[in-house]
Amino acid sequence: MMARIDLWWLPRALVLGLLAFVIFGPLTNLLLWTVAEKWYFPHMLPLEYGFSFWQRVFSPRGNAMESLVTSIIVASLTVVVALALAVPAGYALSRLKLPFRSLILLAFLIPQAFPNLPVYVNIARFFYQIGLNGTIMGVVLVHVNHGLVYAVWIATAAFSAVQIDLEEAARSIGAGPLRAFRDVTLPLAAPGLLASAIFVFLESLDEFTGSYFVGAPDVNTLPLLLYTAGSGGNYQIASITALLLLIPSIGFMLVVERFLRADVLSKVGH
Amino acid sequence: MQKRLLAILLVIPALVMIVLFFIVPLGASIVGAFVVGDSYGLGNFSKSFELYSSDMIFTVLIVSLSTLLIGLFSIAIGGYLTLGENPRAVAVLRWLYRWPMFIPFIVVGQVLRTFLAKNGLMNNILVSLGVLTPLQTIGFLDWRGIVIAFVWKQTPFVTLLVAGAMASLDRSTIEAARNLGASRLRILIEIVLPQITGTLLVGLILSFVTMMSVLSVPLMINAQSPTMLTADIAFRINAHGDYGVANALGMISLLLTAGVALIYLRQSVKERS
Repeated sequence: MMARIDLWWLPRALVLGLLAFVIFGPLTNLLLWTVAEKWYFPHMLPLEYGFSFWQRVFSPRGNAMESLVTSIIVASLTVVVALALAVPAGYALSRLKLPFRSLILLAFLIPQAFPNLPVYVNIARFFYQIGLNGTIMGVVLVHVNHGLVYAVWIATAAFSAVQIDLEEAARSIGAGPLRAFRDVTLPLAAPGLLASAIFVFLESLDEFTGSYFVGAPDVNTLPLLLYTAGSGGNYQIASITALLLLIPSIGFMLVVERFLRADVLSKVGH
Repeated sequence: MQKRLLAILLVIPALVMIVLFFIVPLGASIVGAFVVGDSYGLGNFSKSFELYSSDMIFTVLIVSLSTLLIGLFSIAIGGYLTLGENPRAVAVLRWLYRWPMFIPFIVVGQVLRTFLAKNGLMNNILVSLGVLTPLQTIGFLDWRGIVIAFVWKQTPFVTLLVAGAMASLDRSTIEAARNLGASRLRILIEIVLPQITGTLLVGLILSFVTMMSVLSVPLMINAQSPTMLTADIAFRINAHGDYGVANALGMISLLLTAGVALIYLRQSVKERS
């Protein structure tokens, strides 16, 4: 038995090492580009390192700051609108008797189940006619639609995971339905709702296609800046922007399990 | 009855949102595909096939190849996570495989564009190691780059679903087969895989749809012809303002996706009967 383990040690380490290279090689490359002052073929590593591009990105007149602010405004508004729609819907879907419940739950999946490019093209055309194209509100509406499935599904699961007895106990000692919801159900469902808010925020932060058609060139979010900088061959600016988008996503991956407990996760989609 | 009304009132705003800003534009895109000038016809479709038939084949091949590779890798990783006997290797793999999952497509495009280019880090490393000479390097920024980007980004998602399904399987049959001397590969293929096909298919179909609608990756990695239909749709709008052909191309990609969904439905009906 010992001999077999020793024999397998090498290929196992090789495969895991290769996988680590495949995953972290490109990410290291991104990090190098953010601090590369001078880098050309065939040098493996940059010739000069520095932060001059960071200064350019974060200078008050740089358009990266503007994009960052725009992106955060859009994402925050998206969260507010999406949760304002999803919390009542999620409560009704988990607690109240609803005709065609599973069909309604499925309806929120529609934006994920069809290729959404033709939809964005036609929304852009429609928004153009009513003057919403190139406005923050237009971009927010598109992002809300995209994120609503996460918001509604996770909110429904979060409310389902709250024991109904607690709410009934509050009602039996005289709390009104609104009070029972505000003081008992809502705080207990809060971690799940927070998770859905973070999900929607990140989806909005990263969304490219809808912003490209509805927002550009007036509403310049970070992904659009990344795209224009990258196609202009400015890899430093593009990589710094990419890193700005990457940090919240990776951070969320590392903490997601704290917000989305197994009892909520197991109820998603039910 | 009053409670029911309340429930409907609470759900309606969210539903209206989906109908107004997704289903109506989707309908408009289908109708728009048939609008030629002031009347209806199939002109947009004949023009689409004339100009972009090679891109249609290209799209289907790329997305199918990516789906196949994603399936294979997710089975391999999920299988090792379930059947692996070295706890440390399993822990490392579990930590490692998820990283690309939450990275946005647009970032994946940028990251891989600089990594895979003819003068990117990958070739630079190979040249410094003496594996290649600078003249022998080739860039991967064509169909291979798109496939690599899709597989890199989507494998963790499908693996997460597959590994979850595998972890909730009844371990006793696996242990029994193991005691009878079956190899782990055989257990994976003959015992584990048949029980998780449903989950695997759902993950692969969701990935298929996602890949069919991603615009940033083809734009950033390979925008010249042949390219994917999404890039063509964006080009028709931005360069020509040609909504007719764009909508026709959109409907063709919808039909391609529907074809895949149909295969899935038929499969699940067959399984139930």
